[in-house]
Amino acid sequence: MVESILERIARGHFWDFHGGIHPPEQKTLTSTKPIKPLTLPKQLIIPLQQHIGREGDLLVVIGDKVLKGQPLTLSTNPMVVPIHAPTSGIISAIKKSVIAHPSGLSQLCIFLDVDGEDTWRKRQICTDIEQLTNSDIIEKIADSGVAGMGGAGFPTHIKANSKPDINFLIINGAECEPYITADDLLMMEQSDAIIDGIKILDKLLTPAFILIAIEDNKPKAIKALKHASANIEKIKICTIPAKYPAGGEKQLIKILTGQEVPSGKLPIHDGIVMQNVATCFAINEAVRHDTPLIRRVVTVTGQALNKPQNVWALLGTPIKFLLEQCEQQVDEFEQQPVIMGGPMMGFCVSSELVPIVKTSNCILVPSKKEMPSAFDKESSEVECIRCGQCSDVCPSQLLPQELQWSAKAKDYPQLEKLNLSDCIDCGACAYVCPSQIPLVHYYRIAKAEIREQQQLDLKAEKAKIRFEARKLRLEKEKVARQEKHKKAAAARKAAMNKATPEATGAKSAVAAALARVKAKKAAKDSGKIVDKTSQENLKNTSNSATNTGEDQKSQVAAAIARAKAKKKSNTNKPSKSIETDSIDNIDKEVEKSAATKQTSSDDKKAKIAAAIAKAKAKKLSKSIEVSEQSEVAKDKTAEKSASIQQMNHDDKKAKIAAAIAKAKQKALEKIKTESSVEANESKTASLLNQPIPEADQLTTPSKATLSSSSSSSRESDTEVKATPALDKKAKISAAIAKAKAKKKLKEERNDSSK
Amino acid sequence: MNIIIAILVLGAIAALFGAILGYASVRFKVDADPIVEQLDSLLPQTQCGQCGYPGCKPYAQAVADGEAINKCAPGGEDTIKKIADLMGVDVQPLDDNHVQGDASKSNRPKVAFVIEEDCIGCTKCIQACPVDAIIGAAKQMHTIIIDECTGCDLCVAPCPVDCIEMRELPDTIHNWQWDLTSIPVKQLD
Repeated sequence: MVESILERIARGHFWDFHGGIHPPEQKTLTSTKPIKPLTLPKQLIIPLQQHIGREGDLLVVIGDKVLKGQPLTLSTNPMVVPIHAPTSGIISAIKKSVIAHPSGLSQLCIFLDVDGEDTWRKRQICTDIEQLTNSDIIEKIADSGVAGMGGAGFPTHIKANSKPDINFLIINGAECEPYITADDLLMMEQSDAIIDGIKILDKLLTPAFILIAIEDNKPKAIKALKHASANIEKIKICTIPAKYPAGGEKQLIKILTGQEVPSGKLPIHDGIVMQNVATCFAINEAVRHDTPLIRRVVTVTGQALNKPQNVWALLGTPIKFLLEQCEQQVDEFEQQPVIMGGPMMGFCVSSELVPIVKTSNCILVPSKKEMPSAFDKESSEVECIRCGQCSDVCPSQLLPQELQWSAKAKDYPQLEKLNLSDCIDCGACAYVCPSQIPLVHYYRIAKAEIREQQQLDLKAEKAKIRFEARKLRLEKEKVARQEKHKKAAAARKAAMNKATPEATGAKSAVAAALARVKAKKAAKDSGKIVDKTSQENLKNTSNSATNTGEDQKSQVAAAIARAKAKKKSNTNKPSKSIETDSIDNIDKEVEKSAATKQTSSDDKKAKIAAAIAKAKAKKLSKSIEVSEQSEVAKDKTAEKSASIQQMNHDDKKAKIAAAIAKAKQKALEKIKTESSVEANESKTASLLNQPIPEADQLTTPSKATLSSSSSSSRESDTEVKATPALDKKAKISAAIAKAKAKKKLKEERNDSSK
Repeated sequence: MNIIIAILVLGAIAALFGAILGYASVRFKVDADPIVEQLDSLLPQTQCGQCGYPGCKPYAQAVADGEAINKCAPGGEDTIKKIADLMGVDVQPLDDNHVQGDASKSNRPKVAFVIEEDCIGCTKCIQACPVDAIIGAAKQMHTIIIDECTGCDLCVAPCPVDCIEMRELPDTIHNWQWDLTSIPVKQLD
């Protein structure tokens, strides 16, 4: 079969792809003038991402002096290619700037202030590529940042590293789009370098045949390449009939080999690799001259320019500079559209500061007479008349009008059935449409939304997996915790049993320790009133320790009572008093934080205090909201609320006590560690080991308890002061406890006054 | 006599088929309701619990059992339409109790954001996150893994210092969409 293909190529008979159009070429505007080297612009704007894939990691910072060819980013994965400084200069900024994308959105760019010296970094010129291994060459290509210069900018080193047997290496010099002559001129002027680049690819890929495809409207380029490749038998120059879009990958493969690449497959599966001529030139520069991809040929054309021509533009050159060099005719009345890419597939750029990137091959500035549609703000679209011309010209053999209807209806499953993904955005359908429907525009929107939907689906799948994993983890942790608790309980029981027959001293110590743990728990859960008849309590604690059953019951009862009280208190607080209270409170907190700042000039403390104040404010504002809502219902439940308020009192008292107890415990623990007096331990135990408050205690007049609590807090303060070198933490916690006690006091006063 | 033979033959056939059916029902038993899986795949998997169920799968199960199909706020009308198609019921408007915020506001996807200088490291948001998208430890500043956040806003309420807010994802060229309004479609009279 391969032989028959070669026979056909030798005879100059090629296959034809379906559809295609013959738009006016307009190439003579620029094809007759040589490529012009430009002077250096003042500033270059180099986007970090210039191709498909991701951006690399930055290697430079603002203020760095860079030399020409110095890498600016580092490639971190195979889909990333680095970028390089196109000339020497100083990095003046690294910030977001508008890039060459139809959205006109900004991306991270490096701003390079050109110093005008154009000093190269050290280069290693390679004279004999035969000495290099394939992996060396691949590495050089990757390090030089070569990406496909025809369209999408696929990283070249990946394409050049394909391992399966390659039948055909196709060099794409078709350049089918109107106006663009960049590849044409490059082939004319740099044919030897292109052939050298092809030789390197030949060494890497070892294809059976190398086909260079050039449209028949570029006779000079064909002649130059034929001359350059005269003594290489493997290379065949194929002159193909000019037709748009013959330069499309799949279309060109069909023309040259008659094979159709199936939908959703890559040509590599059929043993075909395609490279653009400009990419071959860049490969040669990278491997032989150690010159990274820092410049490219750009066709700057259109009838709105006085000097349309091809230029060697450094990557990062703003479009504005190119237009100045080519003498744009400034129209003061109307904003001139600037199109990046060709007239068929390009897009209007939103700013003249958009820089040239690796894939930009053409800047088109049409005059109004030349391309009136580009000036139209209003679309002149009318209804589809079902003429079917679009499907006649579609090179992918799709049904453009069906696609259009489905795209307008957002029927994405139907679009996928109609193989929208095979659309190459060539614009042939929109070109022939007598109703002037911007078909490609609809397809692009639909494609973007389908892609977005796919990403969302992926994300949802990921979220689901993470959710399931979390559920599993929580389950496991729960089981582990229960197991641990069981073990701990068993251990405790065993210890108790052991202790009973022993001496009373030891027993009381164990009992005291156990009681302490319990009391700590109880103090946290339900809150307790700290009594100072400590000596008696030692007995009590041993009692409570042994009567665990009763103890637990009363604990549960207390907890339930507390929960109830909390619920009620949330709904029944008088809103106004709370409001003022909260404000007072916050003020106090702020004052306190200020004070701490003054005394210790400690930033952290102030932050903590501020955070606490914020949290309290949030809590209070919530309760105010709730209480305001319940104000109306309050009258009805007046009777109830009386008893509830009583409960509130008790609850608050308990809270105060708990806070004080906590503060005391902390303070005492500190003392314990420092002075290590055993007596203290017993004291702590006695202080904390309180039985659950009984009914009569709960209903004691508030003043009595308050005085006791305040006195106890005072005592804790004196204790704290008495101990030398006490930790700051203890002080803070004591202060917080005090603040809490104060707040509660006030609330209670409000309540009682009511 | 003939009648008896007929009854016996028919009885034997009935017993045979009964046995086959009985065996098949045991042998080819489907454990889970496949409709639940299908429903689950339609839901947005934010695991936000706004429907009143602890996650998307429980809601899918509930819908399969006859729960209203219009309780998924993050999914919106699209999801309701898909569920209605699958379940063969009429499309209902989104339940009033489950409408998310102001409908007129932009519906760009949002993710949680921790105002890091205000974070006190309480870990409450970490416990609330259904997809473990928050990193942090006790008394250490927390932060959100944007790529993992589903935007369910379950972490906003538990924060004691209000340092979490929902922010719209910025427009990048990766999530940018062509603007339909840029192509005015002319109505023909």
